Amino acid sequence: MADAATRMPPQFELRFLMTQGAFTVAADLEIAARAIALFGPSGSGKTTILEVIAGLRSPKQGRITVCGRILCDTDTHTNVPVRDRHVGYVPQDVLLFPHLDVRRNVTYAQPRRRHIDMPDLDQLLGLTTLMDRKVSGLSGGERQRVALARALYSGPDVLLLDEPLAAVDLARRRLILDTLVAIRDELRVPLVYVTHSPEEARAIADYAIVLDEGNVIAAGVPDDVLP
Amino acid sequence: MPTEILDIAVFTTLAALVATIVMLPPGIGLAWVLARHQFRGKAIVETLASLPLVMPPVATGLMLLWLVGRRGPVGRALAPFGIEIVFTPAAVVLAMAIMGLPLLVRTARAGFEQVTKRYEQMAETLGARPWRVFTTVTLPLASRNILAGALLGFTRALGEFGATIVVAGSIPGRTRTLAVGIYTYTETGQDARAASLLAVSVTLAFGAALIANRLARVD
Repeated sequence: MADAATRMPPQFELRFLMTQGAFTVAADLEIAARAIALFGPSGSGKTTILEVIAGLRSPKQGRITVCGRILCDTDTHTNVPVRDRHVGYVPQDVLLFPHLDVRRNVTYAQPRRRHIDMPDLDQLLGLTTLMDRKVSGLSGGERQRVALARALYSGPDVLLLDEPLAAVDLARRRLILDTLVAIRDELRVPLVYVTHSPEEARAIADYAIVLDEGNVIAAGVPDDVLP
Repeated sequence: MPTEILDIAVFTTLAALVATIVMLPPGIGLAWVLARHQFRGKAIVETLASLPLVMPPVATGLMLLWLVGRRGPVGRALAPFGIEIVFTPAAVVLAMAIMGLPLLVRTARAGFEQVTKRYEQMAETLGARPWRVFTTVTLPLASRNILAGALLGFTRALGEFGATIVVAGSIPGRTRTLAVGIYTYTETGQDARAASLLAVSVTLAFGAALIANRLARVD
């Protein structure tokens, strides 16, 4: 089996037009990358792109493919339902189910054939001591780890992360960032990562998309396009 | 306590419990549809669902009588199977359920409206089908309101009078409930019995209100 270095990076196709009232988000990109950073100010359309990939918003027109799999194509009227998209989505407010404990949150998804084993997840995210706790008592960093575990448990084709470090204190940021690199390289789950921070984007991504007011104003190698 | 009084108390409580169980599935379903969906005629469904709250209970009882009576459409449909509803315990349960339903629907609907849709979307991204989303996310997150609504429906059923007396009458040992019993005994000058039923009524209502208040307090 080819190792991570010689593998073809996952292929993404983001060509769509999404309108919501007066706000429009448009992209026309074909990408080969293990981790894509979506960079830009608030309201530039970063989260919208994640939601379009996850299927929570439908583009007016266009085509989305993730790892070669067509999720949406308005020309052929293809629109894979959210539940069948095989994405792991961690929104900014993580949205852990408040009525379930950590274990039941993490194992909510039905593991797919190509799923990630619990011991691997535990080793990566240090879940053992959290498993029987209520989610209401977790710190920002713990919530983020549990949300990552929940999103990874079923073995998603891609992990969609909306500012995963926003609610984490500075001391823990490095830790979570290292974990994300491990998810990318060891578990080989590609990432789409929303951030305000060029440093974070450089640390995690091999491709960056810079957005402003819903438009892609630059895209390419992070060092070339990020401020 | 005389056996007759005890029988009426037990019968009323059981009938109210069964009525609450009967109203839960349609009540929850209706509350969810009204909270989550926009459709033509929604205002009419909303109004129909709250009609028993604003109509005189006796009028609701009369409508039920026309519906499930021997000549009514439901009564006629059930007759070949030997099923009769009017003036049976089933009529008591039916009247209680219809009168309690609007309270359940209103309270449960508010519960569903409070559940952030994004939790349901999260469950979908994790591969859950609609029924699983509903049973594992929506329903548990709205459960407090549903429980409160069920309790309101139950207490409404306990005290039901107007619709019950029209559709079920006041047959001793068969359809006589607390409220109907109090009325019948007072009308016929049996004041001691009426007072006993009154005491039972107050005790049951006190207990139900106490539980409701506790439910409202617990986080």
